[in-house]
Amino acid sequence: MNTILVAVMVLGATALVLAGVLFVVSKKFAVKEDPRVGQVAEVLPQANCGGCGFPGCAGFADACVKAGSLDGLLCPVGGQAVMTQVAEILGLSAGAAEPKVAVVRCNGTCEHRPRTVVYDGAVSCKIAHATGCGETGCAYGCLGCGDCVKACQFDAIRMNPETGLPEVDADKCTACGACVKACPRMIIELRNKGRNGRRMVVLCVNKDKGALTRKACEVGCIGCSKCQKVCPFEAITIANNLAYIDYEKCKLCRKCEDECPQHSIVAVNFPVRKPKPAPEAEAPKAAEAPKATEAPEATQKS
Amino acid sequence: MKTFRIGGVHPAENKLSAGKKIEPMALPKQAVFPLSQHIGAPAVACVAKGDMVKVGTKIADAGGFVSAAIFSSVSGKVAKIDSIIDASGYRKPAIFIDVIGDEWEEIIDRSEELVTECALEPAEIVAKIKDAGIVGMGGACFPTHVKLTPPPGSKAECVIINAVECEPYLTADHQLMLEKPEQILVGVSLLMKAVNVTKGYIGIENNKPDAIALMKEKAAKYPNIEIVPLKVQYPQGGEKQLIDAVIGRQVPNPPAIPIAVGAVVQNVGTAYAVYEAVIKNKPLFERVVTVTGKALANPSNLLTRMGTPMSMLIEAAGGMPENTGKIIGGGPMMGKALLNAEVPICKGSSGVLLMTEEESVRGKEQNCIRCAKCVGACPMGLEPYLLAKLGEYSDWERAENEDIMTCIECGCCTFTCPSNRPLLDWIRLAKNTVGGIIRERNMKK
Repeated sequence: MNTILVAVMVLGATALVLAGVLFVVSKKFAVKEDPRVGQVAEVLPQANCGGCGFPGCAGFADACVKAGSLDGLLCPVGGQAVMTQVAEILGLSAGAAEPKVAVVRCNGTCEHRPRTVVYDGAVSCKIAHATGCGETGCAYGCLGCGDCVKACQFDAIRMNPETGLPEVDADKCTACGACVKACPRMIIELRNKGRNGRRMVVLCVNKDKGALTRKACEVGCIGCSKCQKVCPFEAITIANNLAYIDYEKCKLCRKCEDECPQHSIVAVNFPVRKPKPAPEAEAPKAAEAPKATEAPEATQKS
Repeated sequence: MKTFRIGGVHPAENKLSAGKKIEPMALPKQAVFPLSQHIGAPAVACVAKGDMVKVGTKIADAGGFVSAAIFSSVSGKVAKIDSIIDASGYRKPAIFIDVIGDEWEEIIDRSEELVTECALEPAEIVAKIKDAGIVGMGGACFPTHVKLTPPPGSKAECVIINAVECEPYLTADHQLMLEKPEQILVGVSLLMKAVNVTKGYIGIENNKPDAIALMKEKAAKYPNIEIVPLKVQYPQGGEKQLIDAVIGRQVPNPPAIPIAVGAVVQNVGTAYAVYEAVIKNKPLFERVVTVTGKALANPSNLLTRMGTPMSMLIEAAGGMPENTGKIIGGGPMMGKALLNAEVPICKGSSGVLLMTEEESVRGKEQNCIRCAKCVGACPMGLEPYLLAKLGEYSDWERAENEDIMTCIECGCCTFTCPSNRPLLDWIRLAKNTVGGIIRERNMKK
């Protein structure tokens, strides 16, 4: 009986003393955190994808609270809606952010780009890239091992077994940029989604001279600069035998698409053109078959 | 019998072309010289389209200290400076020369007469080696003059000649020793003189008893050169393994290099090239190449001018078999599958191996069963299964802590893996990435 009593008293006293110590320490060394950090963190999607450029959502919340204005701060996953909420909490105005989407700038499908050798090493684009120019003659195009698919946290990018190329689901893509970093050939680019999801893209990153490009791929950009000449808005630049359309300047007039002899320039999500000579209609069909022919709303995955 | 301490494997030797006399190859119609045939900065072309060149004319200057000049192996006219797919699998700049006749530079001594005396000073020997564009002929292609210039504070104690040829199939070095033993020994003594040492070793694996006997007999005249027979074990031809096997010293982890234990290692082919360059004024523009493969009609050792397309060598050895699955540049362990047969022979091309379709199929990759065979086989005492995983998960920091930079990429781990895991692919990726990170860090300092 006595032993139990002593034990209870000793442990009780120890507990009381330690509780006192803990209380004092918690008061004395308390870290004052802006309560708004917690509030901001709550409205963030908590995907911790790092797409904003900060280490996780907590890091981004902290940066938002500390920053004087929200210019240049954007949660690509939550997009404009979340940024408006964040702005409300902080009493700031959210910068206008154009929603973006990842675009795979390669159209070297099995049809367009003949396979000349077989790669049988580890299934990784990075390793395939280090081993050689890949299964086709194109040293710049998609290797098709799916590093971008593995990198995507949002299930927004899938390999299409028919084309051998990755396809981005624009509805799921949050433009976090993980796939851009994963691609060893820098094929994927974040571009403005554009009005109604319409965009004009050069689906090629081949920097070889025209003759070599043409040999490797039917739809490779040869840098002929015809598109540059026809563009009324100076949106197209040619560098290293390759055309690039600046999405900020492009007004979606589609003149370049008609001009491109290689059909490397593709119009995405435009309605089907009224009957006109066949060649123009072919290019978008081959590129994004399910999307180009249907209205953007109809692309929901089951 | 001596060998290195840890790890190693013994793949089937398949030395199909052993004992085949070295035969000179016919000249190609057009020779192609990629500008980066060596480790270090690419060479800089010093000829232009339309220039006439002779055999032995310099066509590209070294692009830095760690770099090597390139010499024409043919006489003719420079057709163009364009690009060609080389062993790296990418298009690289190269000089194309249309062959006209076979006219040599007058300075080259083409007589077969053996000259053993050389009055040159060590520095002059190194300069001559540098001016001949000599690089390590074993396959890594490290410029030889750099190896012969020990960094300040280190002192060479011995020269070790790598005549191991531990790669299966290859017999180029073996045959060279049988046909040019005296020239090789003079080359070795030149190398010893260049780095100012009095001791030289030639390590030969004991699957070449004829070469060991012949070299021993000829080396009797050279009391400072010792022939060391070694137990057959891959990768004995690795620099660090060879030093361990021959003189029993272990090279510390990178950034330490073999000179840290007083050893300068050179390939036997390099020793022969040094003889020709220093004594005969002949720059490096031809080498012995083994063309081999189980389905090939006539595996051979061919004395080939650089720039000859591999397809010509294959033709000379009986033509491309129908069931060829892969064309490997180099040996089966460390060589690389090539994109096509038009890849030109370069300074480091020790062999062309044609694998049949059945041989070249990779086994189906399965899960790691933690059998630790790769750990036992690794000659550097690493844990390949772990390094491969770290590469897969991009954990570069931990990979560096696990000494990934000591990996010599010998491929023993992949060879021994019962689950057919592509261990070396991932390790090489991690090693290259970590190497880049380290270089960047050193630049900032």
